[in-house]
Amino acid sequence: MVEGMSMTDIEAFGNRLGIDIRQIDLDSIQLPPGEDFGIPSDDEEKLRQEDSLEFESGFGNIIVVDNLPVVPPEKYDKLEGVVKKIYSQIGVIKEDGLWMPVNPETQKTLGYCFIEYNTPQEAELAKERTHGYKLDKAHIFAVNLFDDFDKFMKVPDEWAPPEIKPYAPGENLQQWLTDEKARDQFVIRAHHNTEVFWNDPRQSMPVPVYRREYWTESFVQWSPLGTYLATVHRQGAAVWGGAATFDRLSRYAHPQVKLIDFSPGEKYLVTYSSHEPSNPRDTHRVILNIFDVRSGKVMRDFKGSADEFATGGTGGVSGVSWPVFRWGGGTDDKYFAKLGKNVISVYETETFTLIDKKSLKVENVLDFSWSPADPIIALFVPELGGGNQPARVSLFQIPGKEELRQKNLFSVSDCKMYWQSNGEYLAVKVDRYTKTKKSTYTGFELFRIKERDIPIEVLELENKNDKIMAFAWEPKGHRFAVIHGESSRTDISFYSMRTATNTGRVSKLTTLKGKNANALYWSPSGRFILLAGLKHLNGQLEFYNVDELETMATGEHFMATEIEWDPTGRYVATAVTSIHEMENGFNIWSFNGKLLYRHSRDHFYQFLWRPRPPSFLTAEKEEEIAKNLKKYSKKYEIEDQDVNAQLSEQDREKRRKLQESWESWIMKWKQIHEEEKLERQQLRDGEASDDEEEYEAKEVEVEEILDVKEEIIPYEFDQE
Amino acid sequence: MRPYLMKGHERPLTFLKYNREGDLLFSCAKDHTPTVWFADNGERLGTYNGHKGAVWCCDVSRDSRRLITGSADRSAKLWDVKSGTPLFTFEFDSPARSVDFAVGDKLAVITTDPFMEQTSAIHVKTISNDPDEQTAESALIITGPPRVRINGAVWGPLNRTIISAGEDATIRIWDSETGKMLNESSKETGHSKTITSLSMSEDGSHFLTGSSDKSAKLWDSRTLTILKTYETISPVNAVAMSPILEHVVIGGGQAAIDVTTTHHRAGNFDAKFFHKVLQEEIGCVKGHFGPINALAINPDGRSFSSGGEDGYIRLHHFDRDYFNIKM
Repeated sequence: MVEGMSMTDIEAFGNRLGIDIRQIDLDSIQLPPGEDFGIPSDDEEKLRQEDSLEFESGFGNIIVVDNLPVVPPEKYDKLEGVVKKIYSQIGVIKEDGLWMPVNPETQKTLGYCFIEYNTPQEAELAKERTHGYKLDKAHIFAVNLFDDFDKFMKVPDEWAPPEIKPYAPGENLQQWLTDEKARDQFVIRAHHNTEVFWNDPRQSMPVPVYRREYWTESFVQWSPLGTYLATVHRQGAAVWGGAATFDRLSRYAHPQVKLIDFSPGEKYLVTYSSHEPSNPRDTHRVILNIFDVRSGKVMRDFKGSADEFATGGTGGVSGVSWPVFRWGGGTDDKYFAKLGKNVISVYETETFTLIDKKSLKVENVLDFSWSPADPIIALFVPELGGGNQPARVSLFQIPGKEELRQKNLFSVSDCKMYWQSNGEYLAVKVDRYTKTKKSTYTGFELFRIKERDIPIEVLELENKNDKIMAFAWEPKGHRFAVIHGESSRTDISFYSMRTATNTGRVSKLTTLKGKNANALYWSPSGRFILLAGLKHLNGQLEFYNVDELETMATGEHFMATEIEWDPTGRYVATAVTSIHEMENGFNIWSFNGKLLYRHSRDHFYQFLWRPRPPSFLTAEKEEEIAKNLKKYSKKYEIEDQDVNAQLSEQDREKRRKLQESWESWIMKWKQIHEEEKLERQQLRDGEASDDEEEYEAKEVEVEEILDVKEEIIPYEFDQE
Repeated sequence: MRPYLMKGHERPLTFLKYNREGDLLFSCAKDHTPTVWFADNGERLGTYNGHKGAVWCCDVSRDSRRLITGSADRSAKLWDVKSGTPLFTFEFDSPARSVDFAVGDKLAVITTDPFMEQTSAIHVKTISNDPDEQTAESALIITGPPRVRINGAVWGPLNRTIISAGEDATIRIWDSETGKMLNESSKETGHSKTITSLSMSEDGSHFLTGSSDKSAKLWDSRTLTILKTYETISPVNAVAMSPILEHVVIGGGQAAIDVTTTHHRAGNFDAKFFHKVLQEEIGCVKGHFGPINALAINPDGRSFSSGGEDGYIRLHHFDRDYFNIKM
């Protein structure tokens, strides 16, 4: 707060300006009406337009403690001491932050008090921890946030049936899928702008759809089926979508939200925030909310210290591995699970409680992952007791929690699980110690989930000492690719889960030797793969056809940091984001490695294709289309030709016009130039030449004596 | 054809200029000696010794007898091209940044940098035919905006105007008689960052500017309307126009200060050719391992040279294919 000026200050200030303040009749000064004195502030204007996103009234850090004993003044100090002791354990009470009102007649306390903390988080924690606290039998604390009182007071005493709003049909949120040219959308974030484009490879350019400045405060994210675009703000998250423009569909209040995650069927949104503790020795406080995306209601919230949410996994923000809650397979959003200490807590979304009211107990579990298609959990337990108890990988069926399959593994240093996108196969990469325990080597355990008894096959690379740089399943397919070798010289091998004669055996398809690649990007529809050398390999790209086992094209996007296939597998985007200072922007390639267009943008942060929901076509129908592809594609080829012809016609026309206007401009100038010829001649002392004068090259030999020196050379006759 | 690599300067190049016949190439660098070369084979003819600071710019008279150079030693010097003897020194209070002879070579425009209390200035000097009669007096002094450097000033048609451009990204046209400002480029459509270079067309009808905003623009010298814009991906330090084809060449690269921290290929130290009318990139010539600071095309249009921060001049003779490019 700015301190008000005292009268003496004002007088001194007046004197400096040469005004005697005492002679001024203050009442004679007429201020313009209105709170802002007629001076509109541009900040406010902005605020008014943005509907208020304010969720806090500023009293969020005050709690009201009720059911305190009523005490006479003698005991006031003692009670105050007790209350202070209880509440200062939870957080830092502000100076004079405890106020216990007293009845002015009886001088007794009123049985309640107000406590002001430094932060709303502390207040909330205090409410959580001490609500229901038993001081003694007769005094059980009732603790509420000061802010909540308003809310409670507004509840009418009589129940009234909720008003049923008339049904208003919403927009078609999937309008973008009906694009006539079957184009895909993507969103980019560069500088302060967030922009959505159509990818229009026929015209070799992105076509703008929607653009907004300061749309998000940190990042944007599409929902998994592409219906919504989520933005993140200080006050919470919001989702946008609609038929033609991006309107705000819903908001999810969560102060200081840091991370968000959609459930795979985009029914729910998980938001996460972490708050600095007031006591530096405490751990961060973590708040997670699960919202229903459509209604915007909080379905469940989780609060606690960062430690409780930081078990297992790697990466994430401030020690928490994200996502904290991993969603069960499929798009029905039935289950989600969290890794805890010795447990995996599996929740179901009907009631948002633990299945069977208890977590799945697994001693020392280190990591787990859901099958992408079925409610199956795969988990990994490391070796214990110095090798007495082997490491193991287990598969559990949810909600029954039956163990479907288990595999014990010996002398394991680490395991990583990779699911194939249909949940048909699970590959477990196992790093084992060599006998000396000095180094490790890698093998794979391949699970066939859909077959009876889930057979497991062991795969080892030909050179067991090769390091595995990357592993990737063909989406919806039966093949996988592995980059192995030393970082300078890497080989890429392709394997199939089938052989020509036997469907139950893994076989190697080929090995590409000495490739400069460190990342694998399968086309979402399989068959094609982009082998990329990012980071120190400077963005080398190789487009490979796995059906034919041949390279289709090689390319390069210098310094590329990100690669993403469009959801249909027709195009690939490579991008240089603001990690690098130079050449920010993105390139769009066709699936077979033809560079279609470039787009450069300074301060480029994000490129995301808008996902598509799965096709409604049955497998048979898809097969039929694949068979008759020639027939269908004819129509599109003709369309392509038309567009091409039109474009080149337009192009020619444009060039012709440019050339014409230039020539007419030049002609005009030439005329003036001609008119000025005489004047120019004068400036040159009548030298008849102008620029168009012809001159003759003549060779003139000029001899110039620079220096002459006389020297007497002693000369002796030879007498012989 | 393989370029001639001309190594004579010990410091980054700053400026290149062909004489009218195109047989001589004059080069300026941050070392103190402007140098003259045979423009055909890159053989060094001689140097002009006398400056005590980086030489920023030069111009040669139409008859190839006089050379004028502007230097950071706060002087501009007139030289006898043939003998290399300094004929006269114009002293200033701050570094001389650009020089240009007027049509007829009887006037020269010299710009000086802002320095301490000095604002940038455009000086017009009368050049005497006989060097013994040469005086230091200025025919006209135009003071520029404070603390803003003028990176280039050239004469407009018939010496009636002076066109200047500099750090404030604005191009101004001044009356060369009165010193009054006649026209100013608009902030919205013009360059958005420092204009680094300015090059007049052969006939003076239009000129080309290069800017740190990663673009070059072509302007009408009388109306100051933008005729064309050429976009590239790195800051532009140097521009030149072909006298015989509708081509422009622009060069630059990331700022010298960043070069050591990134991959050499990230720098974009190439000379890029654009079609002057269609504004489309035709091709690029790689080779320098530092930003390109200077570009010049031979008046016969058959060769060009580029000077880089790396201290090299690369002299390229165009292949036959170059003249058959179809757009």
